[in-house]
Amino acid sequence: MLKYLFRRVAISIPLLLGILCLSFGMLKLAPGEPTIVQQDLQTRATGAQRETLRQLYGLDRPVYEQFGRWLWRVVRLDFGRSYSPDGRPVLDKIVERLPITLGLNLLQTLVIFSLAVPLGILSATRQYSRFDKATTVFVFVGFATPDFWLALLLMILFGVQLGWLPISGLRSLNFEYLSFWAQAWDIVSHLILPVLVASVGGLAGLSRYMRGSMLEVIRQDYMRTARAKGLPESVVVYKHGVRNAVLPVVTLLGLMLPGLLGGSVIIETVFGIPGMGQLFYQSAFSRDEPVLMALIVIGASLSLIGNIVADVSYAVVDPRIRVAKGREG
Amino acid sequence: MERAGGRVRRRGLFWRQFRKNRLAVAGGTVVVVLGLVAICAPLLAPYDPAAYDVKRILMPPGPQHWLGTDQIGRDVLSRMLYGARISMAVGFVSVGIAVLLGTLIGTVAGYYGGRVDELLMRFVDLMLNFPRFFLLLTLIALLRPSIWVIMAVIGFTGWMGLARLVRGEILSLREREFVQGARALGAADARIMGRHILPNALVPVLVSATLGVAGAILTESGLSFLGLGVQPPTPSWGNILIDGKANIEIAWWLSAFPGLAILVTVLAYNLLGEGLRDALDPRLRQ
Repeated sequence: MLKYLFRRVAISIPLLLGILCLSFGMLKLAPGEPTIVQQDLQTRATGAQRETLRQLYGLDRPVYEQFGRWLWRVVRLDFGRSYSPDGRPVLDKIVERLPITLGLNLLQTLVIFSLAVPLGILSATRQYSRFDKATTVFVFVGFATPDFWLALLLMILFGVQLGWLPISGLRSLNFEYLSFWAQAWDIVSHLILPVLVASVGGLAGLSRYMRGSMLEVIRQDYMRTARAKGLPESVVVYKHGVRNAVLPVVTLLGLMLPGLLGGSVIIETVFGIPGMGQLFYQSAFSRDEPVLMALIVIGASLSLIGNIVADVSYAVVDPRIRVAKGREG
Repeated sequence: MERAGGRVRRRGLFWRQFRKNRLAVAGGTVVVVLGLVAICAPLLAPYDPAAYDVKRILMPPGPQHWLGTDQIGRDVLSRMLYGARISMAVGFVSVGIAVLLGTLIGTVAGYYGGRVDELLMRFVDLMLNFPRFFLLLTLIALLRPSIWVIMAVIGFTGWMGLARLVRGEILSLREREFVQGARALGAADARIMGRHILPNALVPVLVSATLGVAGAILTESGLSFLGLGVQPPTPSWGNILIDGKANIEIAWWLSAFPGLAILVTVLAYNLLGEGLRDALDPRLRQ
């Protein structure tokens, strides 16, 4: 088991380096240069000043040398300073946005799991019933619904027509003057729509997966045995069925890891939430390379770690895989 | 002779299986109709999609403008009909790129195996772990958004699943008797791949491509909505929604209809793709 884990990690490190190398090269090979983008913004800057800037950022050196220097700094967790006018350390910029994206995604994961699991169980135990068909329709429509459109519709309904919920940002303008409970409600009400919209896609996918997993378990021999020895149906389904069916679904949590810190560019843009996705969007346009690279490091690492977590937890849950992998490694 | 007969019979079985699935047939019908609408947009559109009219700003849906007008008085229905062309074009071209790349890489990896396979599959892993939306955003921001960039970028970041799929098919076909027979007869690698292996791997690729079109249309509309896709004044479903968001408090129709079009299109391609898969997968056949 440990050997398997080590091997997975060992494979992932060159992959991460490859991704970083590729992204760094992509940013450097693209036409133009960050200093030019900055010069567009500050038209009075002279050529000599630009040259100073290039030397300051080390842009006058060969690309491989820049990459080496950058990588060496990153290993020591120094992501440098942002190219944007504020010139703040990249890490500060990321850390201040992290709790927002993290909180939003944790809530979203919670909503997805707490709804998808019962939904999947119910439609599997009542396969082909009206409920099952309704869930299937929901799943297909959920997959096909553009999240930003759903966001707009809900904003129109609950924000504009009914006036129940705010449609943008995380706090109201008068937040400071509210009582504690009013403040709490203010934050909750700002979160309802983004969390709801962000959950739909995952909910559709996961409830489908749960249904499939449960259907597979229902056909197993031990379920027949449990029934044959006269256990009540509820015990058969929940104790013998659900426990086994839910395990592979839980391992999918690992695959949700990248979203936790990466955030959703679209959701954050629609709802005006200052999270990591929005930071990436802004940095891509102002060509803020240090911030972009830092976010790619985080995103790619999480994606690799998430895959390992999902595979390893699956192996822990399912002994058959453990045996196969043990033989293989 | 026998082989040809088998193929016809199999095709007949496939059609019978496919027609039984009413949802898939509905999806297929919508896909065909949408294709025709996109092609015939200039004939169907009641107005010029670019013609603005300051006297008819933000009119709600009515007899003159079925789906209303936008903030500078352009007819939403006409813009959406032309937008269908963009969605279809982006869907087909980007999936075309992805299919070509994925099939090429998957075939080479699966057929030659060994170090080539190892290297190519590691590259697939690398691309799969690249946070895709980040990659899309960065590339588009660096290259400046246009319809060609969108097509290329969606295609070049979406081939990995296909490569894996094709590789798997090739691996299972490589050692079959008819391939060994061809090899024994002295056929060249390219001929064996092109004539004997790829045609047999075509079906899963077709299913995957159909589902891929749905994904590409969804991605394009998302990018357009962020202002990174097709640039105004060219209408696309995603960039009409930008106007919808800007006028969210006064003009619901600007948001509602283009999104509904995206939903219906994506749903249709997904249903068609799933239907094809079910009809082709012998394990699901009763």
